Order: sequence, then structure tokens, then C-alpha cells
Amino acid sequence: MADPMKIRATLKGDTAEIRILMAHAMETGQRKDAAGNTVPPHFIQAMTVEVGGKKVVDGHVGTSVSRNPVFGFKVKGAKAGDKVVVSWVDNKGDKRTDEAAIA
Amino acid sequence: MNTTRRTVLKSATASGVLAGLIAAGALRPTQVLAADWNKAAFEAHDVAGALKGLGAGASADSKDLMLRVPDIAENGAVVPVDVVSNIPNTSSISILVEKNPFPLSATFEFTNGALPEVSARLKLSQTSMVKAVAKADGKFYTAQKEVKVTVGGCGG
Repeated sequence: MADPMKIRATLKGDTAEIRILMAHAMETGQRKDAAGNTVPPHFIQAMTVEVGGKKVVDGHVGTSVSRNPVFGFKVKGAKAGDKVVVSWVDNKGDKRTDEAAIA
Repeated sequence: MNTTRRTVLKSATASGVLAGLIAAGALRPTQVLAADWNKAAFEAHDVAGALKGLGAGASADSKDLMLRVPDIAENGAVVPVDVVSNIPNTSSISILVEKNPFPLSATFEFTNGALPEVSARLKLSQTSMVKAVAKADGKFYTAQKEVKVTVGGCGG
């Protein structure tokens, strides 16, 4: 099981700024380990962000996103206390869902 | 003589059930599906192939699509990229790195009040053009900027 995400959601006016830090190795499949073996790809493929029960962002990700990816989004019409739910799934089928409330 | 027909019927039922399950799964809001990961676009080795995979044939450069990247990145493994679209009705934004082994980095679709802007951190294997592609009303718009990388991000 992957480590929890860090989600920060702050309200500015009627727009929520959401920043997400995902803990993931994001192996590209290009890298070689010390023994010269290619490290197999292991990366997040899909992610969704929901605010107040509605899907706001549907993202697909490739190998060239950095290790421990950080994503920032802005959502209009959000209210303080709305629940932000972020989920991802990687190419090995590992998944993780975390939530936070808009502050 | 009827065995083929049986098999076909059987597999049809099975796939029907499967399709039903997938539909039921897709209806659950918390479900993330990697199944619709755009393999053709993400595994394309050049920008043209990736754009084709995204369905972006003709695209025009647009000043309303802002791409913020550093001019020089000391570390190609972590390059901050911000994309903001001021094009009305922008529904999705994709980010591509021209010289990476697989140029397409990420693609995001925005719904239910999400503003068409995203920030992310990308890996750049070498100095390269970074390209943002926004989709609005079925048309594609692009913006691009070069990032100089002093140390690559796909190291061996």
C-alpha cells in the first residue's frame, strides 16, 4: 500500500485552491539499477479529484511526471468544509484514495 | 456443428456481463479507472504521434493559453510547469515534453467548476520544448516554451 497523499485545499473567494502531493516512485522503465538491470516501469496512470461529491478533474498521467508528483488545481464555486477526495491508480493496479476538507 | 455458435453465444453473454460490470463500476464516483488510459497517446515516441492519440489533428498557437516553465532547470527530474487557459470553454489540458522518450506527460479533463489550469512537476530528459495543448469547443490550441536542462531527469 502506498503512503498517504498530502492534500491541501484552501478557499480564496469562491475558488478553492487544491494542491496534492502523491507519494509514488514514478519509475519510467528507462532507469537501470546498480546491477545494470532495467527497473520496470511503475507509475500513476489515472487520477481523479472530487469536490463535494462531484468529479472536477479527471487526469491521466504518463511516465514523465516527476517522482512524488505534485498537482495543483483550482475549483470555482466550492465552499469551506466541502470534502475533497483524490484517488489514483498506477500501472500495477495499486490505488490510493485520500480526502481533506476545504479550509 | 453448433459448438461454434454455442461458444459465440457464451462469450457474448460473458462479455455482456463484463460490460455491465464496467458500466456499474464507472457509475461509482470514487472509482478511478486506468482502463481508459490512452495507451496510444502515452506510448507514442514523438509529439505528432501523441497528438494524434489525443485526437488533436490541427491545432493553432494561442496567446490565451499560458504556459509557465523555468527558462533553465538545474534538475531535470523536477521541473515545475503551470498551464492556465483563458480560452472560453476549455475542457481539457495536456502537457507534452518534446524530447522525452514518451512526450505526453499528462492530460486533465475539467468538469463541474474546475478552472482550466493545472500545475505539475515533470521530468525532462534533456533540454526540450514543453508544449501545452488545450481543447476548447472541440478545437485544439497550443503554447510552447523551451526549458534548458543542465542535468537530465531520466538518468541511468
